[in-house]
Amino acid sequence: MNTEKNIKTLIVKKPLKLDCGKTIKDFPIAYETYGSLNSKKDNAILVFHALTGDQFVTGINPITNKEGWWSYAVGPDKAIDTNKYFVICSNVIGGCMGSYGPSHKDPDQKIFGTNFPVITINDMVNAQYNLLDHFGIDKLFSIAGGSMGGMQVLQFISNFPDKSKTVIPIATTSSHSAQNIAFNELGRQAITADSNWKDGNYTSNDTNPGKGLAVARMAAHITYLSKKGLQEKFGRKLQEREDLKFGFDADFQIESYLRYQGSVFVDRFDANSYLYITRAMDYFDLAKQFRGNLSEAFINTKAKFFIISFTSDWLYPTQENKDIVIALNSIGADVGFVEIKSDKGHDSFLLDVPDFLNALKNFLDKSYEEN
Amino acid sequence: MKNEFQVIADLIEKNKKVLDVGCADGTLMKFLKDNKNINIRGLEISKEKVQECIAKGLTVIEGNAEKDLKQFPDKSFDYVVLSQTLQAFINPELVLDELLRVGKKAIVTIPNFGYWKVRFHLLFKGTMPITKTLPDEWYNTPNLHMCTIKDFFYFVNSRDIKIFKSLALNNLNKSIINESNLGVKNLFADLGIFLIEK
Repeated sequence: MNTEKNIKTLIVKKPLKLDCGKTIKDFPIAYETYGSLNSKKDNAILVFHALTGDQFVTGINPITNKEGWWSYAVGPDKAIDTNKYFVICSNVIGGCMGSYGPSHKDPDQKIFGTNFPVITINDMVNAQYNLLDHFGIDKLFSIAGGSMGGMQVLQFISNFPDKSKTVIPIATTSSHSAQNIAFNELGRQAITADSNWKDGNYTSNDTNPGKGLAVARMAAHITYLSKKGLQEKFGRKLQEREDLKFGFDADFQIESYLRYQGSVFVDRFDANSYLYITRAMDYFDLAKQFRGNLSEAFINTKAKFFIISFTSDWLYPTQENKDIVIALNSIGADVGFVEIKSDKGHDSFLLDVPDFLNALKNFLDKSYEEN
Repeated sequence: MKNEFQVIADLIEKNKKVLDVGCADGTLMKFLKDNKNINIRGLEISKEKVQECIAKGLTVIEGNAEKDLKQFPDKSFDYVVLSQTLQAFINPELVLDELLRVGKKAIVTIPNFGYWKVRFHLLFKGTMPITKTLPDEWYNTPNLHMCTIKDFFYFVNSRDIKIFKSLALNNLNKSIINESNLGVKNLFADLGIFLIEK
């Protein structure tokens, strides 16, 4: 079911029971790989993408023709060195880059829309686990991801405790906070308030809730940056004008910037996927799966954890990352932790932050040497 | 590696689980990992030092001993090491209690304020002592609670803490401290090394 060229797809034949109670089978997972799997098959790293990411981690994304979302971290000689490691990344289910999602057709050949089952982080990683069988990998060298990618990392090692040697959750949380849910709800409301959304049936109505989706993206984008970062980059600078225009055009550069971010986003992202994936994040509460004891999630794993947070990340602040460290220490797990100084906010993990990239590279390379 | 670390390493048997509190750049950790097959963890407050540890392939948690030791379960390490940092905490008593809770045993080293050069400096120069183990000026020293070997000895004896071994270190000379030579050692050692348990 390669609907688009350049998208590699694995059709999962095995039925997957979702948390919502429904079962899916014969569904596609779109993936991409970088580097090559060695003969011992012990150099594979499964990377998990964040809310609006996709399988195109690095290099030029063939669909958007833009740099992959983690180009700073992944590639030849980079922190996750593709000369050395075999990097696999797949589009989450519920997504819109080829994996099974709301823009796909149901068995009656009708586009799912909001009839697509609600999926969870747990469902996402259970679906992606099929990639290990596909590549004949018994044990990954590492799993890594930031933000929602970090949630998948935590869920993956909890579900499959002996399937990765090292575990790298970055700028993430074990449970979505009220503030996180609030921002996601704002985004969803923006989408569903767009009259072109048509209860999710915009494709069959030949419309697109682009305005709602753009607003959702604009609001979310603010949460990815820090106040200081925004102030330094934009301050009160005006957009291609000498003075205020006493109107509602984008007078300020920050307005223009956000509008641009919103407009380019709608070209590459599906509004219903945005609803589904934010919902999966909101439902994420790993401790709840273990009667409130987060440590229990990791009790069966011997993997080596390395947790990274950023000083200016107020979306998934250091304390929420440290809570994971604490849960691991309380069961004597092998866990390292560093908070990276950066004023680039939550987005720091996607950007050129040398302290972060060095720590990531050193951790991986040293751990691999000990392999 | 400095002599202090060699003495600490000699106190630890092979294949043990050890936490190095204030592990700095990880020199001692690396030595213990490579030479004694120690399952080693570090706690370090400085981001730069944490990075150096990661570059050495060591498992380190960025954190503050006064706040972050509480996350470790009781007796979860065979040894907890605290090298020349006790005097820098706001509440050294609390940190010591935590070390002894987390570790089956603790190894604590202290720069000795009773060392003759320190006394000499204050007595004759009349300014705050600066020595090899106390290199900072009064206005920028991290040290808040300086003590002597004698102070620490009395302190430990006054609460249920058992001393297994106390060693005096002066440059390369290592000697055993006991109650009868305490006064002398307190004068001639610039560093005290204590293996304790509660």
